[in-house]
Amino acid sequence: MQSTGSDWIHYLANPHRFMRLAAVVTWPLWGVALALMIWGLILGFAAPPDYQQGETVRIMFVHVPAAWMSLFAYTFIFVASVVALVFRHSLGHVAARAAAPVGAVFALTTLVTGALWGQPMWGTWWVWDARLTSVLVLFLIYLGYIAIWRAIDAPDVAARAASVLAIVGFINVPIVKFSVDWWNTLHQPASVSRFARPALHSDFLIPLLVMCVAFMVLFCALVFTRMQSEIWAQRSRRLDEETGSPAHQGRSNG
Amino acid sequence: MIRAFYAVLELDIRQIWREGSVSLVIAFIFLALTLVPFGIGPELALLRRLAPGLIWVIVVLALMLSLDRLFQGDVDDGSFDQLRMSVLPLELVILAKILAHYCAVIIPMVAVLPLAGILMNVDLQAMPRLMSMILAAGPALCALGAVAASVSVSVRRPGLLTALIVMPLYVPVLIFGANLSMGVDMMNGQTSALDLGLFVMLLFSGATLILAPVASATALRGV
Repeated sequence: MQSTGSDWIHYLANPHRFMRLAAVVTWPLWGVALALMIWGLILGFAAPPDYQQGETVRIMFVHVPAAWMSLFAYTFIFVASVVALVFRHSLGHVAARAAAPVGAVFALTTLVTGALWGQPMWGTWWVWDARLTSVLVLFLIYLGYIAIWRAIDAPDVAARAASVLAIVGFINVPIVKFSVDWWNTLHQPASVSRFARPALHSDFLIPLLVMCVAFMVLFCALVFTRMQSEIWAQRSRRLDEETGSPAHQGRSNG
Repeated sequence: MIRAFYAVLELDIRQIWREGSVSLVIAFIFLALTLVPFGIGPELALLRRLAPGLIWVIVVLALMLSLDRLFQGDVDDGSFDQLRMSVLPLELVILAKILAHYCAVIIPMVAVLPLAGILMNVDLQAMPRLMSMILAAGPALCALGAVAASVSVSVRRPGLLTALIVMPLYVPVLIFGANLSMGVDMMNGQTSALDLGLFVMLLFSGATLILAPVASATALRGV
């Protein structure tokens, strides 16, 4: 008799069930995401300028949620890959593959907004500060993961390779963070460490929280949409294989 | 089973020597080190300061070039399927290949390092420290490289894909290896004896030697 644990996983992993859920949920998610994003941005511009950093502190309202979401997205990819590998659910592979470019763009946003923030603060576009360097390495991990999906033709081989890479990469992330922190304490001039995160006044905290929730809902909306399109693409490919449609022969995986 | 392990090990070492990928790797190291002074100027003090870190970076890049041969050749000519069916579990086969790569690629690389170090005006008293750190990190570099090679083995023309995948895995090894080779103490940031760093690096190598074959085998079983 199966344990209830794997029962509900099998229940959720049914692609038909997922598509029915997605059909209902996706548009409202987009609506909520956009509404929260607009509200968050209004609050962000309404907040007072920082006494130390002036107007540029507002970049924080995009930079910080993007950073958190890039890490959350990779954790999501890790969990989805483990579920797919251990419980053999194709939906896990679909979910991981769907979330990857989203997470990569969040990481890139973190880097770019960090650079834009860094220029007025540190006088330079890029600093090998511990956090920026860790996000740069995370971005490269994302790129490698996306590249694997695109490089391998056979879908099941690609899925397996990608899930192994996701798991290895996830274990690597705290190791990289630890090593980059250590490396930074060796080589970092003292002036940059002055800009460590200060305690946040509620004037800044509320827009920040709203933006974080907005980014999270945006992530969900994006992943749902991408998973839907991936499942439709899979169905279309399978139909083409069954009918031998010449127009779709030779189309690459993805 | 132990005989089978040594058989795979010896076979792979012979294969590496026959392929000549070691010469490619060593040639790359010398090419790159020769280019460096043309780029940054021949000032000896500068070269001496940069040497350990630069040598580490170039060694890591050279190793990335050689990673594709770990599994690609066997998969292409069908001997991988033979190895899969052998009495050795796939993880041990991969471990043997990792160790073969270490013996046949890393050790020759380290052997030519004193010569390379002369090009960079390395302090010859610092050479043993540098060489022992690279030897200690070698198993980790080969093991992590095996994970990346196993993931990209089914790609027709991998190009730099393996290098892209392995690069985030190499970042911690490079950070600890290079900075400890420069004689920096792990705790205080002052120059001191290397022993703690060497020990930590050996522990890390041991850990990757255990975990990497498991990950690589999982990826290769899908091929």
